[in-house]
Amino acid sequence: MTRDVRGLRRALLHLVLVVLAALYLSPLIYMVATSFKTRESAGSTEPAWLPDPFTTGAYREILSSADSPVMTWFVNSLVAATGHAALVLVTAAPAAYALARLRFRGRGVIFTSIVATLFVPPVVLLVPNFLIVNELSWVDSLPAVIVPAAAGAFGVFFLRQFFLTLPAELEEAAELDGCDRWRIFVTIALPLARPALVTLFLLSFLTNWNDFLWPLYVLLSPESLTLPAGLGNFQSANSIRYDLLMAGAVIASLPVLALYLIAQRWVIEGISRSGLKG
Amino acid sequence: MSLLTRPRGLPGAQAPGRPAPRTPRMRPWTPYAFLAPYLVLFAVFMLAPIAFGGWTSLHEWDINLPAKPFVGLRNYADLFDPADVDGARFWTAMRATAIFTVASVPLLIVLPLLVALLMNGRFKGRDLYRAVYFAPYVLGVAVVGLVWRFLLDGNIGLVNHYLGLDVQWTTAVPPAWVALVGVTVWWTLGLNSVIFLAGLQDIPRELHEAAMVDGASAWHRFRAVTLPGLRPVTVFVVNATILASANMFGQSYLITGGAPADQTKTAIYLIAETGLRQFDMGTASAMSFVLAGCLMVVSALVFGAFRGRSKP
Repeated sequence: MTRDVRGLRRALLHLVLVVLAALYLSPLIYMVATSFKTRESAGSTEPAWLPDPFTTGAYREILSSADSPVMTWFVNSLVAATGHAALVLVTAAPAAYALARLRFRGRGVIFTSIVATLFVPPVVLLVPNFLIVNELSWVDSLPAVIVPAAAGAFGVFFLRQFFLTLPAELEEAAELDGCDRWRIFVTIALPLARPALVTLFLLSFLTNWNDFLWPLYVLLSPESLTLPAGLGNFQSANSIRYDLLMAGAVIASLPVLALYLIAQRWVIEGISRSGLKG
Repeated sequence: MSLLTRPRGLPGAQAPGRPAPRTPRMRPWTPYAFLAPYLVLFAVFMLAPIAFGGWTSLHEWDINLPAKPFVGLRNYADLFDPADVDGARFWTAMRATAIFTVASVPLLIVLPLLVALLMNGRFKGRDLYRAVYFAPYVLGVAVVGLVWRFLLDGNIGLVNHYLGLDVQWTTAVPPAWVALVGVTVWWTLGLNSVIFLAGLQDIPRELHEAAMVDGASAWHRFRAVTLPGLRPVTVFVVNATILASANMFGQSYLITGGAPADQTKTAIYLIAETGLRQFDMGTASAMSFVLAGCLMVVSALVFGAFRGRSKP
């Protein structure tokens, strides 16, 4: 292949990718633009990519509106996503370590049952988990969106695979030095597993932050909602106020987009290698 | 790490990945203590609900009524009775789920594979493109639904404006299906692309080089090297995408609200409304198990199809 042909092909590839990328981001750009418009220009039939006049009125209105306590939803989402991700790490890491490194009666059965639930369609959990959460008096409160999803098998499975790839020699040396299993786990295995732990934390945080169906039905009063559930209800009540809706969408996007910008590589590598789905 | 690695053959050396030998120091209950916190969650929110859901589906179960009479398989029988209200609603919803799945899955396999092939080379800015295509997936369905409900608005939406159309994307079928599938492709294309890309990068370069030495054309190499090398990833992506599409809820809830006349109300949407809004939990549980059964059959068929094709 001559250099000209190769250069042309390369230029063509970039042209395709740039056009696609611009098209891809345009809905998000329009979301941000609309959030700075007035009510009238947001509802205009002539689309404008630059808000004219530029106003932060939509943000001020949605943040101070009594029936849409967006700041409360924001804090709820933050507490729920952080709490959920922390709970996943605290419970899954020791369990995964035991399944990867320790020998004990019942290990095969326990591991097989955990992995088998990866194949159970989650829809069968919806109604009974609502009843269980109701028995625990968690309906309409944050534990309902923090705890049940931490029972998922993914975290244990993911961390176990990682622990299996770590060399066992360090742990054996520590054992000869008289360390007990818990100390070996905390001082040797956990620090070595830091990349996997960070990835699992990020994925759990993102999944929980974005979860829509479950919080929509299990959280009821306006002050206990998470952002996605709150925005869903808000849309039903204000379907024509696109300035407010886009301001709310921007507020809900900011933390995850910020996380994504900071930790993009970890998120993509984690998802593409582990095959986590939604 | 190499300094700390013991040479093989010495006492204590062993193949990586094997569990460490049990030592007298470990108390017999230690492993169970490691497992206990997770197993409590697993038992209460995973095992118990599976059994409890089955039990509920055999009852007329309303959360607010003290009496929950046992009705045997009647909830299931009602679902298979076309004259029954729940049965009729359920199969309308199952039809919506099937239409959406059949329309979205092929696009969500072929387009991400094309994107992954485009990006499977070394060139400037590759990671930036990858980050851009993946970005919508990070946002979650609530933001995606709100933004696209706006863009697809029949009167002031950008989509109609730029296409010069006057289509009611959110209230008429088939346009609503085009909208729901299109939004979902926009939202999750990046996810499947990065999984395919990871799969492509695992195919040994030598295979491609050997085929090139043999004079195979690009298309030939794609058929003979790339596609077979991607088989495990493809099985996974096809299955995961079918399951995700069959669980479609947020797009329908936020963009069409199930309109027109519940034609885009998916099975999981109906199950949530029936069980968690109207509190008819017996019927909703029965619906869940029928849907889950269908999904498991489809998964088995996908695995079977790929296994069958591996032996020419």
